[in-house]
Formats: sequence, C-alpha cells, structure tokens
Amino acid sequence: MAKKASKANLLIRKGRVIDPASGRDEVADLLVENGRLTRIGASLDAPGADIVDADGHWVLPGLVDACVHLSLPGSGRAGDIASETRAAAAAGITHLAAQPDCGPVDSTAVVRLIREQAGQAGFARIMPVAAMTQGLAGSQLAEMATLARAGCIAVGNAGARVADALVLKRCLEYAASFDLPVMFRPQDASLSAGGCAHEGPVATRLGLPGIPAVAESVDLSRDLLLVEATGVRAHFQQISSRESLPLLRAAKRRGLPVTADVSIQHLLLDEAALEGFNSHCHVIPPLRSAADREALLEAVADGTIDAICSQHTPIGSSSKAAPFPATRPGMAGVDTLLPLVLSLVADGRLTLLRALDAVTAAPARCLGIQAGQLETGRPASLCVLDAQAPRDLSEQWLSAGNNSPWRRATLTGSVKLTVCQGKVSWLSD
Amino acid sequence: MNLASPSSRVQLTDDGRLRHFLTTEHLPRPLLEEILDTAASFVEVGGRAIKKVPLLRGKTVVNLFFESSTRTRSTFELAAKRLSADVLNLDIAKSATSKGETLLDTLRNLEAMAADMFVVRHQDSGAPFFIANEVTPQVAVINAGDGRHAHPTQAMLDMYTIRHHKGGFEGLKVAIVGDILHSRVARSQVHALNILGAEEVRLIGPRTLLPVDAEALGASVFTDMAHGLRDVDVVIMLRLQKERMDSALLPSEAEFFRLYGLNNDKLRFAKEDAIVMHPGPINRGVEIASEVADGPRSVILQQVTFGIAVRMAVMSMAISGQDSSAQESVAGGAHG
Amino acid sequence: MSWDEQQLQQRLDAMAEQIAVNYAGRNPLLVGIESGGAWVAEALNARLPQALPLGTLNPSFYRDDFDTRGLKPSARPSRLPLDVDGQHILLVDDVLMTGRTIRAAMNELFDFGRPASIGLAVLFDIGHRQLPICADICGETLALPPHQRVELRGPAPLVAEIRETRPDV
Repeated sequence: MAKKASKANLLIRKGRVIDPASGRDEVADLLVENGRLTRIGASLDAPGADIVDADGHWVLPGLVDACVHLSLPGSGRAGDIASETRAAAAAGITHLAAQPDCGPVDSTAVVRLIREQAGQAGFARIMPVAAMTQGLAGSQLAEMATLARAGCIAVGNAGARVADALVLKRCLEYAASFDLPVMFRPQDASLSAGGCAHEGPVATRLGLPGIPAVAESVDLSRDLLLVEATGVRAHFQQISSRESLPLLRAAKRRGLPVTADVSIQHLLLDEAALEGFNSHCHVIPPLRSAADREALLEAVADGTIDAICSQHTPIGSSSKAAPFPATRPGMAGVDTLLPLVLSLVADGRLTLLRALDAVTAAPARCLGIQAGQLETGRPASLCVLDAQAPRDLSEQWLSAGNNSPWRRATLTGSVKLTVCQGKVSWLSD
Repeated sequence: MNLASPSSRVQLTDDGRLRHFLTTEHLPRPLLEEILDTAASFVEVGGRAIKKVPLLRGKTVVNLFFESSTRTRSTFELAAKRLSADVLNLDIAKSATSKGETLLDTLRNLEAMAADMFVVRHQDSGAPFFIANEVTPQVAVINAGDGRHAHPTQAMLDMYTIRHHKGGFEGLKVAIVGDILHSRVARSQVHALNILGAEEVRLIGPRTLLPVDAEALGASVFTDMAHGLRDVDVVIMLRLQKERMDSALLPSEAEFFRLYGLNNDKLRFAKEDAIVMHPGPINRGVEIASEVADGPRSVILQQVTFGIAVRMAVMSMAISGQDSSAQESVAGGAHG
Repeated sequence: MSWDEQQLQQRLDAMAEQIAVNYAGRNPLLVGIESGGAWVAEALNARLPQALPLGTLNPSFYRDDFDTRGLKPSARPSRLPLDVDGQHILLVDDVLMTGRTIRAAMNELFDFGRPASIGLAVLFDIGHRQLPICADICGETLALPPHQRVELRGPAPLVAEIRETRPDV
C-alpha cells in the first residue's frame, strides 16, 4: 500500500478515521508533516508527500498499552526491548507503560538503559513505571522524584505488593507530593500464597492450589482507603474479580482520582481454559469464573474499568514446559491485543468506540500522558488497520514469547502501517 | 464416552482403549469395569505357587518418583515384577532435578533408555499430563499421585475392594472423611464412584479441609459425622497430615479426632454392614480408632492385596493400548 | 461347511469314550481353555461314566502375541479346583491350529505346580502347526486353506461352522 518509509511527509487517504477521544468516525484524509499530524479533512492535497491509500481501511490513534513486562537482561523473559517493541508496532501499539519489575526500575541507570534501548530500536515509545520502594522490597522509599525526572511516568511496586500499611501510606504521601500517579496491582499476599489458579470448581477438580477472588478485593479495599486518605492519583491494574467492581464504582462515585484496567485475556478466557493443565493460561491474577468475565466486560462497557491492556509477558518455552504449578505465570500479549479487542466488538460485547477508547485514549488518561488520540499539531502516532483481513498468528507472530493460547490462531484485523511519534514504525508488505 | 474432554483425549487411544492412566475423571464406565475385571484375574494369579506371569517380559517400567513414597513405589514395583517387566526405580526427588536438570531433560534421558512405561509421582498437580504430552508415543504413563489432583490406581483398588464386598455400586452411599482439600485420593474416588454408578458420594470434614465448590466434584458436602455417615454403605477415612495443624487449618489432633475420628460410636450412624476403608498408612487415634481399624468392618489390609492386582491390570492394559496404537494391526489369527 | 448340534454330539461321544479308555484308573483333571475349550470340556465331562474334576484356564497373560494383539478385555480368571502337583491333566480346546495357545496354557499350568502328565484333547485339528504339538484325542481333522477357520458357538447348544477370515487379519 505505502511506498517506503522515509522522512518525507505522509498523506493517508480515504481511510475511515476513528478517534474515540473526539468521537470522530468518518472517512477522511490525514496529513503528517515533519512528523506532526497537521490536518484531518476531506480531499487533502500534499505535493511531494508519500501517499498511503487507506481506502477501506481504518485509521486509528496509536494504541496505548498500560501494562507490559519488559525483557531486560536478567528479567528471565524472552526477547529484548527491540523484539518486543517491534511486535507491538506491528500490532498498532505506539506507547507502552513498562512495569518496574524488569530490573527493578529503582535507579536512573536502569531508566536510562530502557530509554536508550527503546530509542535505538525506534519501534515504540516506552514509558517506564518507577519502583515505589527500593528493590521492590516494600520497606524503603525509592527515589521517586528523581526517577520521574529521568522519564518515569508513574510509580508502582508491580506484583510485589507493599505489605506494610505504614510503608504504603508513606509511599502514597510521597508520590502525592510530586503528583505522581501510583499503579496498584491488588492481591493480598497471604490469601494468594502458593496459589496458581482461581479458587473455584476448576481448581478444585484439577487439584490446583487456589487464589480466592477475595485476595484481590481485600487488598483493593485497603488500597482505596489509603488512596482516599492520601489523595494520591491511583491506577488499579489487572482487575480480575467481580467483587472488586463495586469497590471501584463506589470510589469513583466518591470522586476519588481512581482509574482501572483489565487485561484482554481476562475478558476472553475464564477458568475453563485451564482444563488439561494448559500452562499458557497460567497467569496472575488467575483467569476467574465465567461470571467474573461477564462482570468485567460490563464494567469495561460502563467505564468502571477504563482501559484494556495486554499484560504482555514474553516467556521462553522452557519456563512453560513444566507441570502447571511449576510454570512461570504470564502470557505474551502485544501481538493479539488489537484483534482480540475487535473480536469483543464483533461479538457485540463492546461498542466500537468504547473498545477502541479502552486501548487508546483511556489508558493514556490513566497514565496521565498525551497520547492515544488524533490531535492536530502534535507528533503523529497512529495506525492503519485492515479490520477485515485475517491475521494468521502461526505465520505472523513477532514477540519472542510464544506463550499464548492464540499462538496458532487466526484472528481478524491486520495492521498495515504504524506511525509512532511521526516516524513509520511498522509497514506491512 | 466423552472424548471431547482433555483428560480423555490424552488417556485413550482413538478406538477408546487405555493408553495412559492419569485420572479416573471422564473415563467411560466400561473401561473402569474392564480394569476391575482384569484385576480379578490378577488377584487369582496372586494365589498361585508362582505369582508371576510372563505378560510384560522384555518391557521396562521406570518408577519416576519426584516425591518419595516407599509404600506406593513398592506396590508398583511388585506389580511390574509379577508381570515379568524389568523395573528401574528413580528417586528424582534426590537426584537429577536438584542438580538443575529440567524435567524435560530427565524425560529425554529416560526415553533414550527405551522405557515402555513411566510410573510417575509428582508434587505438582498435572505433572503426569505434562509428561504424557511430552514423551514419545511408545511410552505409557501411569499416575502414581500428582499434587492434590489424582491418584487413580489407589481409587481403582478402592473400587475393587468395594465391589468385592458389596457386589456392585448401584444404590451405594459412600462417605469420604477428613482432609478432602489436599487429597488426590478423594478426588479420584469421587470421579470413579460417580462413573461406576454409586448413588451418593459424601465428603465430610471441617470447611478448612473441604475445597471450595467441592460439590463440583460430584459429591454432597457435610461438616458433621452424624449427618454425613447416616445410612452409608462404605466409610473411607483419609490420612491427616501433621502439617495441617501448623498452617492453621485445624486446632489440634485431639479436637479433630473428637469431631471426625472414626470410632465405634460414630460408625453406628452408618449401615450395620458398612465397611471401613483407609488408603494408609493410618494414624491411630487421629482419624481412626484402633477399635475400628482392627475391627470386623475394616477391610484396610485387603486393600493392599487388591492394590497389586489393580496395578498389574492397569499396567498391562496401558502397555497393551500403547502397543496396539503404535503398531496398528499387524497380527495373524487368534487360533493357536 | 457347518456342524449342527447332533453332528458335534457324535464327535464328543467318541472323544469321551477315548478319554475313558486312555485315562482308566488315573482320574485326570480336565482343564478347558477359555472360552471354547471350557465348553468342550464341560460337554465331555457330562458324557464320561464318572465325572472328572473340572477347571478352566485363561492363558491370556502367557500369550506370545501380546505385543501385536494386546490384552483382550475382560479376561476371566483361571480356576483350577485341585493342586496341580503330581496331577494328570487333560487340556481341552475347541480348535488346534498353530499350537501357540497350547504352549501358553502349558506354561501357565507349570506356574501352578508340576503336573504328572499333560494330555491334549481338541474338537477340531485344522493343521497349520507352528510348534511341535499334537492332540492325543481329536474329534475331527480338517485340511483348511489358510484363510479359513472353524468357529465354535456355545455353550448350549454347541454348533460349529467354517468362517472366512477377514483379509486384514
């Protein structure tokens, strides 16, 4: 479709332009000049610009993924920053919030390393989340303000929950002093100790140690009360249980600065996927019941849950080739995020605008960053999607992690072109 | 037959014969009955002057125990030897994996020894499924206990014992008592009892020792013995591990024994001809009183004898299923 | 070709007479091989002037074709009512062909003890022997082409017919 990627201006013609932030959904042309989105309108003319014929295709804001786990040396994950950001670019993702558990991200040196590697690769913008406590150990404050100045967009403690309520309260107070958003992954450590599956009928039958839904809601309650007490901006990641939803709704109703996301796999799979001990479905938080899945979908539809993320965790095959409880939890997700979100639209579970909002403008809002919308005058981040084209993932799979139940599936929706901050980051052939 | 379920797909050949024996769940009733019938033949063999048949001569059975258990390993070893197989005992708990070798590395090494069967015990639920999916098709896998998931040969020897004493399963009420939460034996028993047509399976214990949604296994749940044991034909007591007190699941052995330990007083709730079973080894005075364990209703020692015959049956059927699925039909006529 | 009940009875009568002569004063243990041989043994015993102790043998666990044919479902256990040690034994089968079943049965008998002697009575001998085994008493000898077998149906009434084997076996 497009000619070669170059520094030349880009005219994307006759695509269906869908921008959830502004509500725009119309056939139009887009002009990118000197890396900036300058115009959106009918029948634009730009002599000398590379022409992209997007007739019959969709033009969307670049996707914002609020939760990925980076592959840095020592993280034990598959691939590297280049391989995983390239996979993201090929799936229309331009911005990724990286969890602080790849280093841990508690020093400016690590932040600089991440930014340098991402910059060299040039496939996507990585926005690191800084560790909230030193070494994610949950006892001493990390240099949050310094880390923020080095480029971190938020602070959090990833899967390592801060158990000590006093330490947590001080973390929140400190973060609030610099208006840093805090990312929470609520899961009570003692209630989930040793568990690897949702505590329910499937885990009971398979004899897998369970993680009860209440492990999440107990922790979420505590976190919400401390958020209220400290006034910090809070984002709750990977909500998995329906018991958490009334807590989030009540908090939002009280006017707390609270947002939430859910991983796409929790909207499509439930505990039944574990039958046969399928280790690709070993994720934390665990895939919960069908009723939880239903409730999560409704919560996305009504906005209780703001964003849908990939929770991308690429893992080498040897870490998944073991008995289920001994495998490493996590699923590779950037390759499948957009087609799976679109499948929820096709199934009538989400409206198109809400679904796209949940992977573009909404996560940007949760993270407090300028991204996820088609705004003229700003560096262009967008993708062109053939929404009807099949994508055979057994052939086209770019993440170095093969750990996905969709690894050999064919999904609908194929990204033809991705532009990340004015530069072409993916161009399909 | 429910071939759609993942466990059946792994365990059975295309024509529905046993290939691996990993769980009793989802197996067709005729297959479980075939195991019991074949076991009956092997019980007879155990009564002979020479208790050995040449059925698996030249076959190699590897006992792959990632979790040590001398008792279970010994019964599998004896069963294999009575079938004339060569037996290799590997106590992996103390060797390979602790040296950093992965489970897959270990398996590849053992396959190179041209083993015909792995008897697997592992602390992780699902490990035998993983192994069955990973080994070359000529190797049959028998689950000798995985995590909390399944212990199908133990369940089948219990089924043999029940059928031996009760004639069949129709109309039977069976109670399983104690630490259901951690029990792979209980899970396999519930599935087998339901498949074989028992009228009711009851699980009895305090809520801390009952799994969430225990009803999903296909059983009714009771927290007291007076109601749970009423009119049952079979009482199966489970072993209580001492660690349960440390993890705040129970206050003390004494309180457990007072509430759930089987003594003659509590046994009176059951039918007059009810039998008492226990997978062993028993904790006298914890889950069962000596007056019951050594009493006339106890069939605990018979279970051990039947255990060897049932394991012989399962081993020969699985190797037979492997061979037939590997070679298709090469054979000549039946007459000789 | 087939044999009705009456035709088989004639042959069984003759075999029973022969047994009475051959084993006069020795009181052998009659052992039928499951399942056709057991029917024949029972029919013979009913015709003897004095009924003999009767057992059944299921040599499935001793067969040499386990690798290719596997274990037959629901094999019934062997039952021998007497101690085999020092006992005269007359093995009974319906059809003798390769001799491999008889080899397996004899091996199994020796795992019960050391018999004084083993004899063999069969209703039909259809040739195609693969082992040095022959019947002491035989109802009828047939020369069948390799693709044909005799099939006995029972236990009551006993009838037999010639059956074409399937081309794939």
